[in-house]
Amino acid sequence: MAMSNSPAAATRPARLGGFTSRKLAPYLFLAPFVLLFIAFIVAPLVYAFYMSLYRDTLVGGRQFAGAASYIKVADDAKFWGGVWNLVLFGIVQVPIMLALALLFAIVLDRGQVYAKGVFRLGFFLPYAVPSVIATIIWGYLYGPTFGPFTQMAKAFNLPPPDFLSPGAMIFSLANIVTWEYVGYNMVIYYAALKAIPSDLAEASRMDGASPGQFARLIQLPLLWPAILLTIIFSINGTLQLFNEPYLMRALASNTINSSYTPNLYAYSLATKNQQYGYAAAVSFVLGIVIAGASYIFTLITNRRRPEQ
Amino acid sequence: MRKIFNPLGRTMKRRDFLKVAGASVAVTALPTAVRGADPVKVVLWSWVPDLQLQVDLFNAAHPDIQVELVNPGQGDPLYNALRAGLQAGSGLPDVAQIEYQHLESFRQVDALADIGQYANAHKGEFPEGLWAQVARGDVVNATPQDYGPMAMLYRKDIFDKHGITPPTTWAEFADAGKKIHAADPNVFMTDAPFGANADWVLGLLWPMGWKPVSRDGDKLVIRINDKIAKDFAAYWQDLINAGVIETKPGFNNEWYTGLDSGRYATWLAAGWGPLFLTSVAKTSVGKWRAADLPQWDASKFVTGAWGGSSLAVMKATQHLPEAAEVAIWLNTNPEATKLYTTKQNFFPCTNALLSSPEWASAKPEFFGGQEVNKVFAKSASAVAPFEWSPFQGFLYQSMADEFGASISGNGTLSDAFDRVQDAVVTYAKDQGFTVA
Repeated sequence: MAMSNSPAAATRPARLGGFTSRKLAPYLFLAPFVLLFIAFIVAPLVYAFYMSLYRDTLVGGRQFAGAASYIKVADDAKFWGGVWNLVLFGIVQVPIMLALALLFAIVLDRGQVYAKGVFRLGFFLPYAVPSVIATIIWGYLYGPTFGPFTQMAKAFNLPPPDFLSPGAMIFSLANIVTWEYVGYNMVIYYAALKAIPSDLAEASRMDGASPGQFARLIQLPLLWPAILLTIIFSINGTLQLFNEPYLMRALASNTINSSYTPNLYAYSLATKNQQYGYAAAVSFVLGIVIAGASYIFTLITNRRRPEQ
Repeated sequence: MRKIFNPLGRTMKRRDFLKVAGASVAVTALPTAVRGADPVKVVLWSWVPDLQLQVDLFNAAHPDIQVELVNPGQGDPLYNALRAGLQAGSGLPDVAQIEYQHLESFRQVDALADIGQYANAHKGEFPEGLWAQVARGDVVNATPQDYGPMAMLYRKDIFDKHGITPPTTWAEFADAGKKIHAADPNVFMTDAPFGANADWVLGLLWPMGWKPVSRDGDKLVIRINDKIAKDFAAYWQDLINAGVIETKPGFNNEWYTGLDSGRYATWLAAGWGPLFLTSVAKTSVGKWRAADLPQWDASKFVTGAWGGSSLAVMKATQHLPEAAEVAIWLNTNPEATKLYTTKQNFFPCTNALLSSPEWASAKPEFFGGQEVNKVFAKSASAVAPFEWSPFQGFLYQSMADEFGASISGNGTLSDAFDRVQDAVVTYAKDQGFTVA
């Protein structure tokens, strides 16, 4: 160390210059992202938080309210009712969706599938359909009087299914969301499977592992990080559900009310009730609920797998 | 009056002139020297399809006012943009389309200008009840653009098959429904979209004299679950329990097919209904007819309205006389207003159009050559006065939520009215109103 000191000192000016520009470069490369991130994510968040501290009333206008809105959300049956709807929704929908995605990914990866490209694209295609369109398509299929399922049931003299009844709605929505996102999750799993070194597959085959054993003992553990990722995404997506129930309301307004999901509730508060501050507080609490749920999930899974 | 910076120094001159002369005559009569080079730009927000047709007419007739038409979207998107602009104190249009039912909520936040000095001269050109929707005495905030007086559209083929004459009272309506449904369980007397269209429900409560939210000085009187509402709820609950009507949301394909295929014997519709129905129920041409809205008391004829909007002038406008001229001209000029009935399929608002032979005596094939417009014109002249709440959006949402819940099994419609009453009282107090 000491010996190399003096030549280093001799070249210091040049190296210093290089050092600075090397230090600056990453920030320059990051700048486009950071600026957009600040403009479209951070600034709206800060503004929404600022708004959540105020109350807008039709008489009296805007007043500072401090934490009052947050205290109100904590005790708001409509908000927590919506969260509870989505917890039920997620418990049913997320495992089904991810299991299907995993199954499709493993089958496609196996290499014994005809027209693999067609299937891969076919499974992924629903994700490319905007959720608005997907909901309209499914809304037509669910039609309680003239929908194709009802018509089929009638043709066979069976009682027509009522997909839009209060009891069935959560499953009908879960079905739409599953249809939309199976392909998306499948692609994540598929990519992770492709990243598994082929020598592992060869080795397991030489050791006489069956395809089932290979999937269970080698692929699944190696997929675990990807699965965790998709579960976190799904928790996020589920608790923010908006488009599907919002559009389904046009067909089933007796079942889906204005606070069916927390986002729908925040939307109604802002647009119909003109309670902008309260809507902002509801959104923030929802954000906290989502972050909390994701964190708890990560804690649980980390504890289960200490070797990670 | 607010001082406006103007480098050409001509605005005040023209404004004073307009005050004296009245807007429509003055603007075109101004000498070229006064008009100057730059026309005043008036921004108009509206979702009316093809409104550019009328705007082009206006611009051609007004060399010194140029209207810039913007369509922020139908209903909520436009209102949300207005409210965002009011919050921010900028980005507002000069003139905006606002439905009658929401004018009061914009009055409440002092968003609308008084154009009475220009508009009152046109008061006599509209039905009295309609003018009352845009004016409070001499204070005028908007001009009427289209209207939705209610009447009953019915399937003549279904009525004939079951030997029924069009019901004139609600009692007859219920009897007819029970008779038809008993004879053919696949046919329902009507679809009553309680959970979806609170404005439709209100249109039927309106002629009964329902006063959900009214003002008493600076206090609000909230009487949502009064005897009128309870009678109304009991009547419809009976039809729901008997299964002779459906309660599904309207304005979706299921519902259109239901109307077209004869699942529903009637549609309790508004003035814009006949042309709307013609466009969505294409195969049932000639099977439909119109009749008066059934009455509670056969001895007097009174109706309500469902829908309709106005052009309101925003208080924030920097060009009040010009903005007022836009709102007035677009809704009173004979050529422009006639276009509404031919291009936009609007129900007319002006007396001139309502009584014009060309409109009133039209015999559309869809209605078997019946003069349906006359039925709705009769309704237009019988619409009772109505007081909108300063938070109509919340009232509607609360009604839709609670009616929907009762349809889904949470109590009766009557219970739903009680729940709406509680929700609205809580909301009104929270919003700073004193509730009497």
